[in-house]
This record gives sequence, C-alpha cells and structure tokens, in this order.
Amino acid sequence: MTDTFDLIIIGAGPAGMAAAELAAKHGASILILDEQARPGGQIYRAVEIMANRNRVELGDSYHAGLTLVNAFRDSHVQYIPKASVWQVSQGGEVGYSFDGTAHIVIGKQVIIATGAQERPFPIPGWTLSGVMTMGAAQILLKESELAIEDAVFAGCGPLFYLVIHQYLTAGIPIKAVIDLTPKGNYLKALPHLFSALPALPKIYEGWKWKREIIKSNVPYFSDVSDLKILGEEGVTGISYKQGSTWKTLDASHILLHQGVVPNVNISLAAGCKSSWNEDQACWRINVDDWFQSSVKGVRVTGDGASIGGALAAEQRGRIAAVGALVQLEKITATEGDHLAAPYKAALAAEMRVRPFLDALFKPSDTFRIPQHDNTIVCRCEEVTVGQVRQVVGMGCAGPNQLKSFSRCGMGPCQGRFCGLTVSELISETLKKPVSAVGYYRLRPPVKPLLLQELANLKITKGDSL
Amino acid sequence: MFTKVTSGEVQTITIQFEGETLVVRKGLNVAAALLEAGVKQFRETPVSGQARTPFCMMGVCFDCLLIIDGMHNQQSCMIEVAEGMKIERQLGMATIEFNASAEQGL
Amino acid sequence: MPDYDVIVVGGGTVGMSIAYGLERLGKKTAVFDQGDDAIRAAVGNFGLVWVQGKGIGSPEYADWTRRSAELWEQYGKELQEQSGIDIAYSRSGGFHFCLSDEELESRTSQMSQLAEESEGDFSYEMLDRHSLLERLPAIGPEVKGASYSPLDGHVNPLLLLRALHVAFKSKGGDLLVESVLDITFDDSVFTVSSTSYVKTATQVVLAAGLGSEKLAPKLGLTTPLYPQRGQILVTEKTAPFLDYPTSLIRQTGDGSVLLGDSHEDVGFDTGTSSGVMHDIAQRACDIFPYLEKLRIVRAWGALRIMSPDGLPIYDQSTQYPGAFTATCHSGVTLSAAHALDFASFIREGELPFSLEKFSERRFYVH
Repeated sequence: MTDTFDLIIIGAGPAGMAAAELAAKHGASILILDEQARPGGQIYRAVEIMANRNRVELGDSYHAGLTLVNAFRDSHVQYIPKASVWQVSQGGEVGYSFDGTAHIVIGKQVIIATGAQERPFPIPGWTLSGVMTMGAAQILLKESELAIEDAVFAGCGPLFYLVIHQYLTAGIPIKAVIDLTPKGNYLKALPHLFSALPALPKIYEGWKWKREIIKSNVPYFSDVSDLKILGEEGVTGISYKQGSTWKTLDASHILLHQGVVPNVNISLAAGCKSSWNEDQACWRINVDDWFQSSVKGVRVTGDGASIGGALAAEQRGRIAAVGALVQLEKITATEGDHLAAPYKAALAAEMRVRPFLDALFKPSDTFRIPQHDNTIVCRCEEVTVGQVRQVVGMGCAGPNQLKSFSRCGMGPCQGRFCGLTVSELISETLKKPVSAVGYYRLRPPVKPLLLQELANLKITKGDSL
Repeated sequence: MFTKVTSGEVQTITIQFEGETLVVRKGLNVAAALLEAGVKQFRETPVSGQARTPFCMMGVCFDCLLIIDGMHNQQSCMIEVAEGMKIERQLGMATIEFNASAEQGL
Repeated sequence: MPDYDVIVVGGGTVGMSIAYGLERLGKKTAVFDQGDDAIRAAVGNFGLVWVQGKGIGSPEYADWTRRSAELWEQYGKELQEQSGIDIAYSRSGGFHFCLSDEELESRTSQMSQLAEESEGDFSYEMLDRHSLLERLPAIGPEVKGASYSPLDGHVNPLLLLRALHVAFKSKGGDLLVESVLDITFDDSVFTVSSTSYVKTATQVVLAAGLGSEKLAPKLGLTTPLYPQRGQILVTEKTAPFLDYPTSLIRQTGDGSVLLGDSHEDVGFDTGTSSGVMHDIAQRACDIFPYLEKLRIVRAWGALRIMSPDGLPIYDQSTQYPGAFTATCHSGVTLSAAHALDFASFIREGELPFSLEKFSERRFYVH
C-alpha cells in the first residue's frame, strides 16, 4: 500500500516549517519533503550549522531563522531532506526521489511551499563562466563560508543591498556595484510610503545599507540603461551604458540580481491556475484566503504563491496549515478562524510594506525584456532573442508553440530561467498583454529522474486515483 | 577568486577531479568545494559546447552538471563531497555505456 | 469574389499538410489555427512515419499508409527545400519489440495477415531473439524477438509542423491565429468567422482534430471523435546509440530519447499519469536495459484523436458541396498523402472512390 498522510508539505523553508510545526500540534500526520540537506529554505539556508561555528555576520534577520528551525525540529514531523519532488497530481499523489529511488505517497491535503528563485537576468554574456546570481553568492557565504573576491554586483532589489552590506561587513573586497534601480521607481513608490510606515525601521535599514555602499570606497554606478558581460570562454569584464556612453570594467566575476519570483513549477504542473501580476512582473498562483489553489486539496503558500518575504511566508504557512486542519476535520471551521486570526493579523501587517517595495524595486523593462538579438533567452537549449522573435513573427501563438518550434524552454531547467522572459518578450512582440500570452504548460516530472527509478516505482493497483 | 571568510580549524577530505587529487573541506557541496579549489571549468553544453559554471547554487539552473562517481549530469550543488569521490567534467551530452557481456550473460 | 479558394480549419499537422498541399497547387488558402492553449495532438506526436502493424483487417488503410510512406521520400526533401528547415526525416526501417512469447506469436500472425491483405506490397521480417541480437546487440534478456519493416522511418514532428508553417507561408498562405466560432454557407460561398476575422472561401476543409466534431454539424457532417490520452517521456540528451526508430523508443537528432505509447500497437491507454509513466519506463528498460541510467527531463501528455473504429475519417458534405472533413491519429505518417494526394482531391472538388471506406457514413445509425 502506498503511504498516506494527512498532510504532505513540499519545501522546508519558512512557510513549510511553520505549517508543519503548527499542523503537528493538532494531531495531523505529516510528511515534509525538501530538496536541500537541511531545513531553512534558501533564506535561512544552513542557519543551524552557522550557529555552531565561527559564524559569519549575516545580520539578525538571518540568525533569527534559527528559532523557527528549532521549533520545526522539535515538532518531530516526518522530514525527508534531499528529497526531490517530481510530481504532485490531483488527488494528492506526490512523487519524489530520494537517494536514487522514486516513491509515491498520498497526502489527503498537500501544501506546496516551494519558495522563490531569482528572476532571470537575460543580458548579453549572462551564460559565461564566472557569472552567477547574487543569490548563489549569498548561498556560498551562508553555507560554505565562501566569498567571491573582486566581483562586480549588478542589479536591484532589497536583497541586493543586503548582500552587498553582508560583503562589506565581512570585509570582502568588491570590484564595483552597478545599481539598476530605475530612477523613476522612487516616484512610483512614494504613494505607497504611507501604508508602509509601520515598516519604517526596515525601510530605514535598507536605506542605510545603500548609503553605506555609496559612502564606501567601492565604485558605485547608477542610472545605467544597458549592460553587457564581456568574454569568450569566461568573463573578462562588464560594459555598462550611462547616458549615451558605454564604459567597461575588467572583472572575472559578475553577480546578477533583480529580485525574486515564485518558484511555480510544481504548482503549475499540478494544474494550479495562475495569474500575471504586473506590479511584481511575475506569475502568481491563484489562492483563496486559506491558500487553497484551484486544485482540490492542494494549497500553495509562502513565496511559492506570491512574493511576500520570509516573515510573511511564515504566517502564510500557518494559515495554510489551519486551512488544511479544517479540511482534515482536526479542528472545526470556527476553531480555525480563531486559530488563524493572529497569523492573519501579523500577515496583514507584514504585507503593508509590499506595494512600496514592489514599486521601488520593480526591475526596468530593459533587463526583463532583452533587446539584443544575440542574447540567450533559454540557457539550456541556447535559444536567442532573435530566434524567439523570428518564430513569433512566423505566427507562433505563444510560449507553448514557441517551445515546440524552437526548443526554447525544453531543457532540464524546464523554463525556470526563461519562462518569464519568454512571456514578456512575446507580449512585447505581439503587443498582447502578458496575461493573454500565458506561460509554458508544465507537466511532471518537474525534476529529472532516472528511468530506472520510474521503472522500479512501486505502484499498487487501486492506489491510482 | 573564491576564499573562505572564516578562520579556525576545518576537517578535510580527499576527492579526485579530472584525475587530480584535491583536498577539500568536509561538508561542502561538490560545486562549492570545486569553486574553492579554484576549478574554473565545470561543464560544456551539449548544444554549442559553451563552457558553464554554477549559476544558481540552489538546484534550479542545471549549469553545475558534472560526472560524479561515473554518473553523468549530476547537479553538483546538490551533492555533498565524500571521501574518494571521483569527479569529471560533463562535456556535452551524457554517454551511456552498453556492456554486451553483462547484459546478456555471455 | 471570396477571400480564398479554400479555408482550412485547424493548424495542426493534418490541417497544415493539406493547406501546404493546396498552396502548392496554386490554391489561395487560409488556415485558422487555435491559440497557444490548443490541445495540440501535433506536438505530442512521437515522430514515426510508420507502416508496420497499421491497417490489419483494413486493407484500404494499410494501402493509404503505405502510399504516404512512399510519398514521404520526395515530400520530405521538397518540404526541406521549401522551408529551409531540416526536419530530420530518414527511412531506416523500424523495429517493434516483443517481450513475451505470446506477444511474438501474436505479432507474427498479425504481420502475416497484413502481408496477405496487402497482396505482397508490405515487406517485413520477423526476427527471433538470436537474429535480433545480431542487429541490435543491446537488447535486454526480456526481448523475445521483433518485427522489422524497411518501410518504416521517422521525422522530427515538431520541426515538421514548423516547416509546414514556413513553407505554407512562403507559398503565400495566410495563417489566422484564432478559434473558429461559426461557419455559414450562402450562395456557394462559405463564411468562416472568429472573434476578429470574417473570411470567405469556395471550399472549407475541417481538420481541427478534436475540435472538428463541434464544427461538423455546421457543414452537414458529424465527424464523431473521442480523445485518447497518450504520454511521451523525453530523456536528457545522450550520445547517439540507436539508428532505427522503434515503436516505443526513438532517439532524435539532438540526442534526446523519446519513450512513448503514442503508437497504436502498444495499448497503455488510461490510468494515472505516474502509472502510465511507470509502464513506459519499465518497458523501455526491458528493451534496452542500459537506458535505465538516463534521466527523464520532460514528459508530454497528448490527446490522440480517435474515431469510433480508430481509422481516419475523410468525407465531403452532400448538403454543402465544397465542405470536407479530414481527421486521423497518424498525422505525421499521413502528412505526405495529405499534402500531395488529399490536396489534389480537394482541388478536383471530389474525394475518390479509394477513400470511400473512410467516409463518416460508416458510423451513421441506419
């Protein structure tokens, strides 16, 4: 018989951990699957091991994650790290691989809490050896205590200033900072400042980091309208355009970042409906107040549904767990309302700063919708902007036909680093709204798995739903 | 350049990369260990042969692919280093070996 | 004057093949193609140009299939020149594996029936394990034998569809990307309308796959169809290892290996997605055990378009002369016949007697 759980949670980041810990208190049998070796998600990655050694000063908000991780550990739910989920299907069937073996388990309720990933950054040369996402650099710092010396940071977003601040604090030499926050965003963000006032200390902290960068002796450039990474085999430099002049910096490491977007592959492959959000320029999973998606029994929460940050994710995870507990009849609907009330209040407070941050850090069109014909859109299949435009010009109806005609999005990353670019690029080319263009149709397996794992999969007849 | 930011004693293990012996820190993932060891080439793409190195470090980009202990196309940022591990670059497509005698019991 | 000589409803492999064929004959043609969310059987195709096993008990279908496979050589070349796209067509002969003595026995009798019914035009060989090993040394111990036909080949179905689009447009055809909402007939002219287009033509060809059934009554036709789910698994790219297409495993030019059930000889049809994927994987590993170390990177599910008896439907409306319907589940194999033969039937204004057996009247309740 296939193992059945009251609740299967995918992802042990803030949302998943908080959901597991809460649901466990109410007697639900829980399985939580996570791809990484340790709990914490990307935001609190390696926070446990960091606590036990000569720690890198990463700031209070990072180290505070330890409280949640400890509470999660103490909840004694069944937790499988290094488990790669390749399928969630209707009826709560979850397929995952662990240590070379595939398994199918059933969750009466499923919570997908797959967090965020960095937004694609399609500029010339972004595939060259030596280019990394800034998030990757931060992961190296958190988990492996590794710094990248003399890198050029290029990008925008709250995390952008944070990581540079962490680098400066740790005394790691930085070659230059290219701040791509569009100048017009300050004005656009202003109307949202009032509702963001409760978060003023946080906004001030971000502002302080930015000032610290400008005042440091690291070369700082803003008002940049275009970027090109240079090099043949690997990175040799980066050119940036200010006004009408191109200038070049020599560099062997470039760190790119323009915000984070929901990691939607599992949810979309499960059949959850999504909508385009113009403010965050990404797809968000359609969910109700209890994070129930369009697929019965499947909830999508945390940054995996829409970007709200780690603290919001924690509350959203709890609210989703309450929703699941009610459906599981572990608690009544009234008890659920009562239980969720403080989490909903905390979430509302946390979300008040969002419109301000979204407006301030929305990356410029130039870096979301690549203009140079030779820029690679799909890193896996090496499909360029020019090729996409050519196929679209031929009468191709959208991302799915583009995929079958050009292989764009067909590689192992399954569109994670080209999907958003493609939706927006087609929208621009066809002058149709992104919501009408749509996204890749995704199907399981959402992560590669060995043919032998699939062949050896134990499927009990009658378990099939 | 990739450098360790903290000081203090570390435990190390030995791995093989492209036939060379590397002493790396225990507990690191393969991608991080190789970056610290100064490795500048990971894989070459099967499409054009372009050289790639780890890009996202969180299992999404598939640019850190290596052959680890004989198994091709492994996401090296998701696998921890182990004593004696044999690692090679992933150059282009995977190759699968057909072993006639093993398959047919000849 | 109507806007077009012919309007083809449906921009999948069947519709585009006919439309390209019509433009090739100098007919001014437009294709209405559904948007990006179309249930496109065309993109879930396995890419076989396949003869063996098709049309057992239906010699007309077997003949039509063989005819198309013969035409493919010339057609593939022409399409490639016309579009500038290498569609990776080759006719290397193909294998169908049998994994038990019963399967081998039943295959043997099917093949001999097919050969008998085709009066010697179908060439094939039955291979026992020993002779199969000489040609494909990598087969696993479970493989008892195979049928082989030199008439079989394969093509990249996605590039085929793209090439058809390019070639059709280069001949002057118009592609209108919108779903057809209505078709009317007045004074010998058909009017086809969608949200933003209203176009007229003297002839209409319904080739909208599963969408045909809904539109058929507007043309005095029925075209009864039902969807059958098929799945295809795609592996990571691997160095070339298989020079022949087979009914379950095919390696494409870019190195990916397709594993699928999208072939009428392998009947996994329903079940959960993981159940079907498991069955396909298990069978593939039984045939070539060394495939087990390959990763599946993608899977497609596609809906095969089936008529009640599984054979194509070709018909013309008696009520509205000039209206035709064409549908089948082997759009790739039959692409050549659709572009070269079927298009010329449309030009003549009448389907020949040889297609009489495929009339949808066979499903009418008397």
